[in-house]
Amino acid sequence: MTAVASTGTAAAAASLADTASARRRAADLAFRVLLFLALAFALVVLVTLLVDVFVEGRPRLNRDLITNMPSARPARAGIQSAIWGSLWVVGVSAVASLPLGIGTAVFLEEFAPKGKWYVRLIEVNIQNLAGVPSVVYGILGLAFIARGPLGWGFTIGSAAAVLTIMVLPVIIISSREAIRAVPPSLRDGSLSLGATKWQTVWRQVLPAAVPGIATGSILAVSRALGESAPLLLLGALTFVTFNPDGLDSGYTVLPLLIFKYASDAKAEFHVVAAAAIVVLLVMLVALNMTAILIRNKFEKRRA
Amino acid sequence: MRDASGAGDDDGLAVGDEEGNGLMRDLEVAATRRVESDDIAVEAEVVLRMEGLSVYYGDFRAVRDVDLDVRRGEITALIGPSGCGKSTVLRCLNRMNDLIPGARIEGRLTYHGIDLYGPDAHPGEVRRRIGMVFQKPNPFPKSIYDNVAFGPRVNGIRKRSQLDEIVEQSLRRAALWEEVRNRLRSSALGLSGGQQQRLCIARAIAVDPEVLLMDEPCSALDPIATSRIEDLMQEIKQSYTIVIVTHNMQQAARVSDRTAFFTTEVNEESDRRTGVLVELDATEKIFSTPSDPRTEAYITGRFG
Repeated sequence: MTAVASTGTAAAAASLADTASARRRAADLAFRVLLFLALAFALVVLVTLLVDVFVEGRPRLNRDLITNMPSARPARAGIQSAIWGSLWVVGVSAVASLPLGIGTAVFLEEFAPKGKWYVRLIEVNIQNLAGVPSVVYGILGLAFIARGPLGWGFTIGSAAAVLTIMVLPVIIISSREAIRAVPPSLRDGSLSLGATKWQTVWRQVLPAAVPGIATGSILAVSRALGESAPLLLLGALTFVTFNPDGLDSGYTVLPLLIFKYASDAKAEFHVVAAAAIVVLLVMLVALNMTAILIRNKFEKRRA
Repeated sequence: MRDASGAGDDDGLAVGDEEGNGLMRDLEVAATRRVESDDIAVEAEVVLRMEGLSVYYGDFRAVRDVDLDVRRGEITALIGPSGCGKSTVLRCLNRMNDLIPGARIEGRLTYHGIDLYGPDAHPGEVRRRIGMVFQKPNPFPKSIYDNVAFGPRVNGIRKRSQLDEIVEQSLRRAALWEEVRNRLRSSALGLSGGQQQRLCIARAIAVDPEVLLMDEPCSALDPIATSRIEDLMQEIKQSYTIVIVTHNMQQAARVSDRTAFFTTEVNEESDRRTGVLVELDATEKIFSTPSDPRTEAYITGRFG
């Protein structure tokens, strides 16, 4: 009697376990399909976009595109001045924002008194600034840098200054994350050998944080490369047929020249716009590759 | 005090009297490696002295009223249950506790008679003379060579030949040279746990400290690596005064000359625990006939 009862419960338990796992397997499969669809959706959109742009721009993807200046005649229109304009603006803002941003991050993480109200106020503000729409920075730049107190005009300098202010919060936040991820035992080890706080930061913490800092910073800089809204307000949407030659030079940038060509009434200009988009994408990919290379190089050194 | 020592931040623990200057063993001397040291040895039996030392974290008193001497050339073990403040005391000795916000001490803590928390004691210089080995091996993510050379470098040694010599000497002293001599340039993170800990010891002695503080240096290691570290401690204790915190009573009994037993006291009102030093005595005595019943309860396993 007891024996029968016990085998009965055992069988029931076995069959219960079976259905449960079948249901779980179904849920597992469904979830995996869902995730794959999410990925597929993003990929399909991206590939469609790339193929479409590439096919449309194909006829103009040649050396003339990058050696010719913008022109009113579509057959001769190029994008050279915009390439140089973008490189200048992004280069100058990178040179300005990297030391400022990394310096701020080091200060906030390593030196600022933790938990003091004014430090927290600064932190909250930086976080909020990272979310401010870029066009707002453009208006700020127009009022205070291009005109107003500084009066730098519509120049490379103004544009770089505005983009610097725009990417700073992002660089600060990502650099802080990278610095925070450096294990405290590294700092203890360094300080216990008589190193000063500064020696510890400079020789141990920063090298260990370089991969994270580089990744975040280059992503921020590539955001600046694709930026158009603030520069719209800073005179980049002009017909520029010369390469910039300094901070006080007039300029245009790729995203805005693309916008101009794409919105032109003549359909031939749309081909030039598509070709220019391909060039812009190549530049962005190159920047991101640099980030990956830097990260790999430093991580290999650590391993 | 200040005037006699001559101006300059580099003087570190700027002590003015003659014996203090004898202490100014700079790294030139480090390269030539003293075996037994100089004019201070005679009178300075006691290297570190704690008198009524209490440590606070904010309002919380973690340890109270510790009176403890650390003698030259000896291994002093600090044992006791978790939370009894032995690591806290250890981290005070080279001012690593400064790094914890809100940490402060009361009472007196002297190094050869110099107040370690006085205005003339620079934390960096304190830590160079009183080195530390941590619980978990924490080599820098650099090469083996750069790990050992880091201390001398931040203390101003640039010359390659001198660095080479210090690195080799330190690794030899830490019984690691033969294992790593052919791969000084490869990453320290590729070493085993026990090797990493010996590297950390080599790194600590590369700046030629007088005292080595060890905070449970073997708790992350297997028995074989542990016994190598213990052997190493015996070998180097002539040159370096060692203070070790350990949870392992057998280890304390094996390696130390004197043992300090700490325990916790519960405050009736606040229900907070404060560490107190119960007794300090020769290790043999502590482990055979301790004078305090609390010590006996602990070492016989009836408590903690």
